[in-house]
Amino acid sequence: MFEWMAPAFASLYKATGWNFIVFYERYEYDRFVDGAMLSIGLILLCLVLSIVIGVLGAWAQGSRSRAIRWGMGAYIQGFRNTPPVVQLLFFYFGFGAFVPQVDAGGYYEPLITAFGWAVISLGIFGGAFNVEIFRAGLEAVPRATVEGAESLGFSRLQIYAYVTLPLAFRFCLPALSNNLVSLAKTTSLAYVIAVPEMTYTLNQVWSDNVNVPEMMILLFLFYVVVVSLLSVFLGWLERRLALSGFG
Amino acid sequence: MFNIFKKSAGALVCAALLSGVASSVPQIASAANERLQAVLERGVVRIGVQSRFVPWAYRAKDGSLKGIEVDLAHDVAKAMGVKLELVPIRSSNRMQFLQQGKVDLLIGAMSDRPDRRKIVGIVEPSYWASGMTLMAKKGAVSSWDDIRGKPICGKQGVFYNKIAESQFGAKVMAFTGNSEAKEAFRSGKCLAWLYDSSSIGMDLAMGEWKGYEAPVPTIRENPWGAAVPMEERDTLFGRFLSGMVYHWHESGRLIELEKKWGVPPSPWIAGMHKTHKYNRAYLGK
Repeated sequence: MFEWMAPAFASLYKATGWNFIVFYERYEYDRFVDGAMLSIGLILLCLVLSIVIGVLGAWAQGSRSRAIRWGMGAYIQGFRNTPPVVQLLFFYFGFGAFVPQVDAGGYYEPLITAFGWAVISLGIFGGAFNVEIFRAGLEAVPRATVEGAESLGFSRLQIYAYVTLPLAFRFCLPALSNNLVSLAKTTSLAYVIAVPEMTYTLNQVWSDNVNVPEMMILLFLFYVVVVSLLSVFLGWLERRLALSGFG
Repeated sequence: MFNIFKKSAGALVCAALLSGVASSVPQIASAANERLQAVLERGVVRIGVQSRFVPWAYRAKDGSLKGIEVDLAHDVAKAMGVKLELVPIRSSNRMQFLQQGKVDLLIGAMSDRPDRRKIVGIVEPSYWASGMTLMAKKGAVSSWDDIRGKPICGKQGVFYNKIAESQFGAKVMAFTGNSEAKEAFRSGKCLAWLYDSSSIGMDLAMGEWKGYEAPVPTIRENPWGAAVPMEERDTLFGRFLSGMVYHWHESGRLIELEKKWGVPPSPWIAGMHKTHKYNRAYLGK
């Protein structure tokens, strides 16, 4: 891949001054690929964590225990109403200080790395929105359907897992897609805690090589491509799961 | 006052260079002096300075910008006879600010590098100098080779990061600001703080970092350049700024600022003061 495109981009630079150094210099290319892979990994992990939190949270919101319901409400208010950058800094610098770490001679090898904190923090942030989205979906499930399941002897958990959730998931998919796309874009903020994802990497590249417009274009295109792929997948999922007679 | 300057920008430059020799210079009006003329017409010079770089340019408790480079910016505005507007810049966007006309002039702790000279009009001589060094816990690091494979805290947009990675094999974790990076370093997330010798020297001198040291020799010592837009480097604006910097060296202004702001004395600045002394012996007493 690299050998194949390097000469083309090197001559583009010579001919036009457009410096896409990440495509013709080995060191920068490796940085770019590492950054891209890490960004994609970060996006996927954050999405998965936020969905898991959303499902469990919506379940907890319907709990019979007042304490659990109150706790859930506090979590949603706390994380929906604070900026994700602040949350990242809070988790990494504030919370990170209380997490056990191993002395590695002059510095500490933390149990949770900056990448780990980014996944946790952004997952929790996206999860807070997902809880509300799933709740809206759950509330849209017709009462009669749930009663039908009850009369068939399903337990509360079984009704949630086999009846309510599958229907609710379909109802809330459009809103969920929106939030997941938004969360995917928010992962670019992880650069504030030195997670070497795409924004961080290209920022370093353009600082070292003074090719800001080129790298900004590349950064923009990277997110366009990644987020488009995600949207296409979610759109496909929506069509795939569509039930006739609902929505 | 202002109108006189507007009519004869040339006289202004001579005035700055020759410390107020009044002479009538023919009017120089050309597109090459566009930015300078805009500044004079506006009556305000917008100078880009750092905003979180103690003690060069930083926000004081009352919110105003203060520091060595801010003092230098005041000198420039005073010599031009215009008002000063300080524009906070970042290492990663300062050259774009100058290119796009958001600032007229840059005194932003910017190392003078060949690639940067292609983009902005860095004038000679340079006004300051510093190099790349490390701060670490006492005894943790003894040479540059000790950072191979280890996490090192840095600041985003600084070219030392690449050198530490490619030449010494360190794993640089770069943060958005000095304070975040130093907090990460202090809490043990990395072995050392990789930054500029002048800044690290200042931190150690201020006494906030007891038990820490700058254990490795400063390398890649590099002067800092003040800059005007590329097109005006070799016309009035750039030549004027050259004269300002020359005068700072010659008059000992920079040494005075080192003392005022409590910066450890730099051998480079002392050397420049000596070599830039003009021999006025022929004038007699």
